[in-house]
Amino acid sequence: MLTKRIIACLDVHAGRVVKGVQFVDLVDAGDPATQAARHAREGADEIVLLDITATHEGRQTLLDTVRRTARELFVPFCVGGGIRAARDAEQVFEAGADKVSINSAALARPDLISEIGSSFGAQAVVVAIDARRDPEAADPVREAQVFVHGGRKPAGRRVVEWAREAEERGAGEILLTSMDSDGTRAGFDCELTAAVSEAVGIPVIASGGAGTVAHFADVFSRGKAHAALAASIFHFGVSTSRSLKEELAAMGVPVRLPC
Amino acid sequence: MRVTVIDYKAGNLTSVLKTLRHLGAEPVVTDGDLSLVEAAERIVLPGVGHFAATERLDATGLTGAIRAAIAKGTPFLGICVGMQWLYAGSTEAPGQPGLGHFAASCTRFAESAEKVPHVGWNSLEVRAGSRLFAGVEPGEFVYFTHSYKAPVTADTAAVTHYIETFAAAVERGNVMGVQFHPEKSGATGLKILSNFLAWRAKGASC
Repeated sequence: MLTKRIIACLDVHAGRVVKGVQFVDLVDAGDPATQAARHAREGADEIVLLDITATHEGRQTLLDTVRRTARELFVPFCVGGGIRAARDAEQVFEAGADKVSINSAALARPDLISEIGSSFGAQAVVVAIDARRDPEAADPVREAQVFVHGGRKPAGRRVVEWAREAEERGAGEILLTSMDSDGTRAGFDCELTAAVSEAVGIPVIASGGAGTVAHFADVFSRGKAHAALAASIFHFGVSTSRSLKEELAAMGVPVRLPC
Repeated sequence: MRVTVIDYKAGNLTSVLKTLRHLGAEPVVTDGDLSLVEAAERIVLPGVGHFAATERLDATGLTGAIRAAIAKGTPFLGICVGMQWLYAGSTEAPGQPGLGHFAASCTRFAESAEKVPHVGWNSLEVRAGSRLFAGVEPGEFVYFTHSYKAPVTADTAAVTHYIETFAAAVERGNVMGVQFHPEKSGATGLKILSNFLAWRAKGASC
């Protein structure tokens, strides 16, 4: 049976894993290669590394980080942050990533999706969408808006429509972050996740709002998500992907166990 | 152990090369040097992306060289599209023939409420006696990402259920294929690749 994926996400700044709220008050949380290997050993189904520096000067540092992280990692490995051209993606793949996550660059130039997909396959292209419900709209969920720049600036696109376009252009997966839920620990936005999942034929990864194991069970059932990003939950009582998955299995969620 | 890895410009080889090195093999890559296929101790044909990309194997003469290497007993492993290429063809690219080592053809998953592609970790049911899956316990998980698949036949070495039951792996003598990505499938994947690297013709001495 196809299982629900638990994805560990590492935010990386200048070659180090960092933790912080909304990219401020960053605290050093270790070496990316060590942390990724630990998550894989502790049962994560996939690793996402997000470069939050994403500056031109930082590219070489990122590629070195990806290379070191990929070396001993034998689960799917996705890298995002600062990928603006097919050449950027190619370098990240050559360094050992299996997938790239693209966000604002895809919005600015949607052809980027097919440019990467045609060379490396749709399975290698994850389109990340930062979403907020539109409280003014008749249907705040279906008319949720895409945001860029860390959720600060509206992109002028509706989430469902952009997800569909990304699929048509050759995205292999959608990584959907609810900016409303992010950091709240009050649960994923299941309604929004379900609206996107129902609109596209490709898998949807839910992100933002996890606080308890039940939140994951909820986004997999009600939210129709295929995978979920676990970040802050590891700091609040649940120590590893394995223990998260063991609790999910007890709730009847199909997960990869033993792992 | 030198392993010839075939590059037909479909996707990136980094993960496969890195994993082979991790297991102690020495991968050498060729995108058209047929001597590397003729002299190969092992051949791996990776592949992600579109079946049409295998046209390059015909254009470069690699198809003929691989056919000859297989005939003389060189162990061969196809991964993902590399497994599908072992069959007669795929409805993904109807004009492009596969190697035809296995007679069946690959088809897209049937329309259903489930997502296509099939992406994620799914479990294996392994046929008794498979050498590629020696030591793999029932229900172990491997990582898939694909929209097309091969049917279950007498040569199927493992099956997986998604929408329907399909061939997760094929194995006949020295020719093996896996629909999933062993290089991305954790300890289970490493065990399967190790089995391939350790494969010897029955009765052969060390």
